[in-house]
Amino acid sequence: MKELVTFSLLNGVVYGLLLFMLSSGLTLIFSLMGVLNFAHASVFMLGAYFSWQIARWIGFWPALVVAPLACGLVGAAIERYGLRRVHRQGHVAEILFTFGLAYVIGELVIMAWGRNPIENRVPAVIDFAAFQLFGTSYPFYKVLMMAISVGMFAFLYLAFKRTRMGLVIQAALTHPQTVGALGHDVPRLFVLVFAIGSALAGLAGVIGGFALMTEPNMAMNLGPIVFVVIVVGGLGSIPGAFVASMLIGIVQTFAVALDYSLMDLFRPLGWNVAASGVLHDLATVKVAQAAPILPYLLLVLVLIVRPRGLMGTRET
Amino acid sequence: MRAFLHRIGIGSLAAAALLAANPAAADTFKIGYIDPLSGGAASAGLNAQKHILFFADKINAEGGLNGEKIEVLSYDNKVNPQESLIMLKKATDEGARIIMQGNGSSVAHAITDAVLKYNERNPGKEVLFFNYAAIDPPLTNEKCNFWHFRFDADVNMKMGAFGDFIAKNKDIHKVYLINQDYSFGKSVAAAAHKMLAEKRPDVQIVGDELHPLQKVQDFSPYVAKIKASGADTVITGNWSNDMLLLFKAGKDAGLKVNWFTYYGGGLGSVPAIGKDGVGYLKQVTEHHKNVLPELLPDEAAFEKKYTEKSDEMYYWRIRNMFALLDAAAKKAKSNDPVKLAKALEGMKLDTPLGPMEMRADNHQLLQPLFVSTLSDKVKFDVEKSGLGFVTDEKIDAAKTALPTTCKMIRP
Repeated sequence: MKELVTFSLLNGVVYGLLLFMLSSGLTLIFSLMGVLNFAHASVFMLGAYFSWQIARWIGFWPALVVAPLACGLVGAAIERYGLRRVHRQGHVAEILFTFGLAYVIGELVIMAWGRNPIENRVPAVIDFAAFQLFGTSYPFYKVLMMAISVGMFAFLYLAFKRTRMGLVIQAALTHPQTVGALGHDVPRLFVLVFAIGSALAGLAGVIGGFALMTEPNMAMNLGPIVFVVIVVGGLGSIPGAFVASMLIGIVQTFAVALDYSLMDLFRPLGWNVAASGVLHDLATVKVAQAAPILPYLLLVLVLIVRPRGLMGTRET
Repeated sequence: MRAFLHRIGIGSLAAAALLAANPAAADTFKIGYIDPLSGGAASAGLNAQKHILFFADKINAEGGLNGEKIEVLSYDNKVNPQESLIMLKKATDEGARIIMQGNGSSVAHAITDAVLKYNERNPGKEVLFFNYAAIDPPLTNEKCNFWHFRFDADVNMKMGAFGDFIAKNKDIHKVYLINQDYSFGKSVAAAAHKMLAEKRPDVQIVGDELHPLQKVQDFSPYVAKIKASGADTVITGNWSNDMLLLFKAGKDAGLKVNWFTYYGGGLGSVPAIGKDGVGYLKQVTEHHKNVLPELLPDEAAFEKKYTEKSDEMYYWRIRNMFALLDAAAKKAKSNDPVKLAKALEGMKLDTPLGPMEMRADNHQLLQPLFVSTLSDKVKFDVEKSGLGFVTDEKIDAAKTALPTTCKMIRP
């Protein structure tokens, strides 16, 4: 039991931190530009493919740096040559643009690397045991994943709250004209933010690529859950995204370990559901089976009870 | 104006090319292949498509079916039953006489019902349904019909093959079942319960898990649960990403169990488990690369034609399916679907791996099955991984037969 709890906790934290890596860039872009970027998970996917490709040429460690930079460049280009033009048509046009872009990137990836999952295995340099736990070795790459994610959180938080740049960026969101009048180049600021957000997604992709699976559907698979994270955490709040990621990661992981159903809850109350029919089917679904829908349940609950999210500052 | 004329010129050229292709199409024997060609399960659909094109070409090279060339029309259903029905309509509109499908028993159920209805409403224009991989047992039992033929052993037949093996293996004490939460996965779990109760009542089932189909990104939580249960053996019907990711998570957590799988040798799975699977990973299939000392001629030709890393002959049953179709056409001396179906019933053929027979009572193909284990000492490896399967046990076609509840209604 102790072993199961420990490993579930560890797995939950690792999954939560991966979600945070993915959603931090998205929430950053949203908080500063008000753009809900549907192509964010696609940039994450690009990060995974780039790192795999680059690692084959020059090794894993350089790829860990170069792939996110490449993703940052892609992000900058998207903002400079795409979003900025579309921006004039308002938010709906922006959303449609990023939505379309997600499909375009997906197809490009298929053209370049094919439909099958690529063999993106844990690079040999980090494929060793970090420590022993209950007689089982724990892989180092998961530790690395956690370290990168926590480092990312610290970097973002400090850059936001403690640097001059962060203050200017925050001001540019609510009062772009004023910031512009004070002599700051607001459009350039936006390019920069989009580039940083995309680079963070790319970095998440480097790690997520071999932790999960690198295939053309990874963006579509992870896209929805990332939106859950930023809505639950509060749109635009980085600490909120962190808390929400951890919450979802841990809840989902522990739910898998629970073999209880509604039936078990009702039984002590002396209420037995009929042996067949829809009610019976519903009552016998185990928590474990329902685990993947729990985040979405949480999303609905948050939107009803607290529309601005756990740590958000404005209504969703 | 000139540009305009030019454009028309190109347009009519393209139209002419299309027309030129069409007259030939009028006297071909059309097969409608409906399977996922995009989305999460596309790798399986595209791989099977290569097999189907390969064997159709082979028959065409030998003169076709009673002189008619086979033409394969492919339709993408995204493993979605509703979408499959739209594609089925398209295929019948375009003159397909046989529908081929395999991925997803949910899809096969939808197609077999729709084909039955279509044939009732369109006498004289019947279509057949050749199912090469959907192995939910009801398809050849309570839901059987005259138009459906299954070329893969069903869940219970494959579980039976494992059963004989597990009965002899006294090292197995605690079994964990993990399957996908839909008709097929539930069938595997039910078959495992029944098999263990019959053959090894002393074995304890320490877990019976159903997880969402092709939705889980990280199986670590499930693996933690398997470890905590103390299981020494896992039985799973998982396929495609669900198999591969389960292996991956198991490898990360250092899970050492016997894997009894239906699709553990499927695309990407062997590289995912790697050396950890040697001696532990077992599968039951109708074929693997080391089933004979040398590659079969079809296998060698297939690998010569398709040269991508993942292009290996995996669906030997598709070879059997086309061999039976060819033989049925010769026997019926006609390409009429009703006559083909009647010729197929009870048909026996020899294959390089032993005799096979299409059962007349429920249209289930009986072919030799092999229980095999992953090994690092093989002549032919899987996906250039250095690992491949070696046979533990061969089960002859006749021995795989199970009683059926099918009440076949013939036209």
